[in-house]
Amino acid sequence: MTEAAEMMHVEVTRFDPDQDEVPKVQEYDIPIQSDWKVLDAINYIKDEVDSSLSHRWSCRMAVCGSCGMMVNGEPKLTCKTSLADYSGSIKIEPLANFPIVRDLVVDIDGFMDKFRQVKPWILRAKERAEDMEALNEKGTFSQSPAELGAFKQFSMCINCLLCYSACPVVANEPEFIGPAAIALGHRYNLDSRDEGARERNETFRGEGTVFSCSFANECSQVCPKNVDPAAAVNQAKLGAVIDWAKGLVLPREGA
Amino acid sequence: MIQVSRHDIVIVGGGGAGLRAAIAAAEAHPDASIALVSKVYPMRSHTVSAEGGAAAVARDDDSEELHGFDTVKGSDFLGDQDVIEYFVEQAPRELALLENWGCPWSRNDDGTVSTRAFGGMTTKRTWYATDKVGFHMLHALFQHSMRFENIVRYDEFFVTELLTENGECKGVAALEIRTGEFHAILGRAVILATGGAGKIFPFTTNGTIKTGDGMALAYRAGVALKDMEFVQYHPTGLPGTGILITEAARGEGGYLRNADGDRFLVDYDYGVGNKAELGPRDMVSRAIIQEFEAGRGIDSKVGLHAALDLTHLGEAHINEKLPFVRELAKTYIGVDPVYEHIPIRPVVHYMMGGVDTDVNSATSMPGLYAAGEVACASLNGANRLGSNSLTECLVAGAVAGQNAMDFARGSSEGNVERLRGQAECESARVDALRGSAKGSEQISGLRQEMNSTMEEGCGVYRDHPSMAVAAEKAREIRQRASDLHLTDKSKVFNTEIIGAMELVNMVELAEVLAVSAAARKESRGAHTCRDFPKRDDTNFLYHTMAYQTEDGPRLDKKDVKLGHWEPQERKY
Repeated sequence: MTEAAEMMHVEVTRFDPDQDEVPKVQEYDIPIQSDWKVLDAINYIKDEVDSSLSHRWSCRMAVCGSCGMMVNGEPKLTCKTSLADYSGSIKIEPLANFPIVRDLVVDIDGFMDKFRQVKPWILRAKERAEDMEALNEKGTFSQSPAELGAFKQFSMCINCLLCYSACPVVANEPEFIGPAAIALGHRYNLDSRDEGARERNETFRGEGTVFSCSFANECSQVCPKNVDPAAAVNQAKLGAVIDWAKGLVLPREGA
Repeated sequence: MIQVSRHDIVIVGGGGAGLRAAIAAAEAHPDASIALVSKVYPMRSHTVSAEGGAAAVARDDDSEELHGFDTVKGSDFLGDQDVIEYFVEQAPRELALLENWGCPWSRNDDGTVSTRAFGGMTTKRTWYATDKVGFHMLHALFQHSMRFENIVRYDEFFVTELLTENGECKGVAALEIRTGEFHAILGRAVILATGGAGKIFPFTTNGTIKTGDGMALAYRAGVALKDMEFVQYHPTGLPGTGILITEAARGEGGYLRNADGDRFLVDYDYGVGNKAELGPRDMVSRAIIQEFEAGRGIDSKVGLHAALDLTHLGEAHINEKLPFVRELAKTYIGVDPVYEHIPIRPVVHYMMGGVDTDVNSATSMPGLYAAGEVACASLNGANRLGSNSLTECLVAGAVAGQNAMDFARGSSEGNVERLRGQAECESARVDALRGSAKGSEQISGLRQEMNSTMEEGCGVYRDHPSMAVAAEKAREIRQRASDLHLTDKSKVFNTEIIGAMELVNMVELAEVLAVSAAARKESRGAHTCRDFPKRDDTNFLYHTMAYQTEDGPRLDKKDVKLGHWEPQERKY
């Protein structure tokens, strides 16, 4: 610590279901450094002040997606958010729209189930053994830079779930499949190697998926990786409708 | 009361190697039940942080012979050549499979997968997906794994012990982090895929989960840790945080400069020849430290550093090939590499050493396998080449999955009641530790002592008096770690007890590392001793094997598997 320590007042949500009926707020006054991220402040509390505080984190370089929390009411990736953006005091809470497990840790199993519903893997019409002619002599699919570019942005999601926290539909309708899962399904629909769009579009036409979205665009605004899930949802709506319309005109083609 | 579940095999760790092992097993045996146990959700695994690429022969001007020789030479001839030959042969198929499974590899205009230059590699053989290769590989593997219903995930379970019977591995004892409940997860074979242990050092690219848990589990079960003295310092970490700036920045044409603005790898002889910035990591890291010692380091409020210059590459090229480097530099050190040099310094990145395994990913314990950074199959010897480790996760992971299943099919599940009993004893031990205020040592304080001990004794340059001090101090820290002061008594998502058990794992490994280092009186690859500056094949061309005893590690030797590549002077 070479610089004169500046102090910060930090309010943190505490909740231990073994002891507490409802979450409470605990306050800490800690010395901070000018280049710290919000996560550094939480880690300081954990290491030096109160080792019973529970939170998730790992890579501290904005790619593992573990450390999403509400910072002054907004969903943020805490390892990417500068403490210098806040002056004097800061309030840290668990991600909104998820059940709290303990302190700053939320239950994301619901998301993990939604994630799987969109079949986030390459679907092919043929079994692998019969599909080898689709590959070149190196054993890979051919894919042009433009074909890659068509889905690349939607493959950048780190599953940090800030978008679920920001989404007004998730807030009212917890079963809504949500922005990240739709973006992921859409990512595979756009991949030139994939043949599963019709299957996923069927899922997308079901209840609580793309047509539940009110296009508030909050998801894209909070996304720390510029995935733009709102665009994915909108495009997926169109894809699902087109597939459905094709089904009316050409019954054998439809879902 | 602990919960018992039974599977065919149990995989510990859900990163690149663990997922690849799970897929290999699930695909070949649709009727088998595969447990995938991880202390984090799989997509949080540290594979996610790898940036630059994964190596496999792809171009017509390349060959397995060349990839093999580059790897042997990079290893400073401590690599086992049977493992290296198998690895280079399997590598292209594994990366192609990942392509088939959706990994968004960057492409050439003709639709083939693009490759880039990397340190110590003769030609462009590093497959990449911009500069987020680990992220894309991990997510492609995890998403692909979800199609297999016979992969049963145990997310956020912390494994505390291997369960054994008559010297065979039969499962794991694990704490469910969310509930504090204890589990015996049984299988007729177990694969460790828990990654490395960079967090025993203070300045590392590694995420906080990299605490060497699998290495410690195997060591305590009597399996040797091999070549633990070899720690890779990556040349380009951001000062302060240690965040990795990928070698691909140099692969794409970046320069390293000193305080005078000179490209010191070109202007001075650091043994890298015309590879310059694309020399192997051990050599480039030493060159940077020597520049510091010659007074040509750049001093600033972030400490002494060198400069990574990408400004001549241009904004379009940086955005196309190195967008994450730009994001990281801007976010974590306030520098836009399009216009400014990125401050960098050598940073602990990778453990060449680990659980002793062979070409089959098998350990000396029947039923126990290991793959990825946790293992030491001796692919990497004394120095790993950049972009070989992501591929190693796939090659060794697939082998581990197949062999563990084969082993499981030919062995019994053991005496379930006895295994449950073993897990119950372990459960009682962990219960007693939870919130135990009897001890006097603070977790974070002891961790800091361990960190500074290792940095002082086992840095880029080492000498035997300092290594001996580090070994002695590490032993003392290991003993003190049995006296931790804990305060959190909650069973629900108690991260304090997890942190305590991770620290106990790390201090054990720190001692092994320092003791192994102190015993090697030569300079080879990443183990560079000022008092023994030359490689000594006559006396030290062997693997260090460390076995746990009550008094600390007992060292032994194991032959290096040589082959058609004869040891020679390592000069580029």
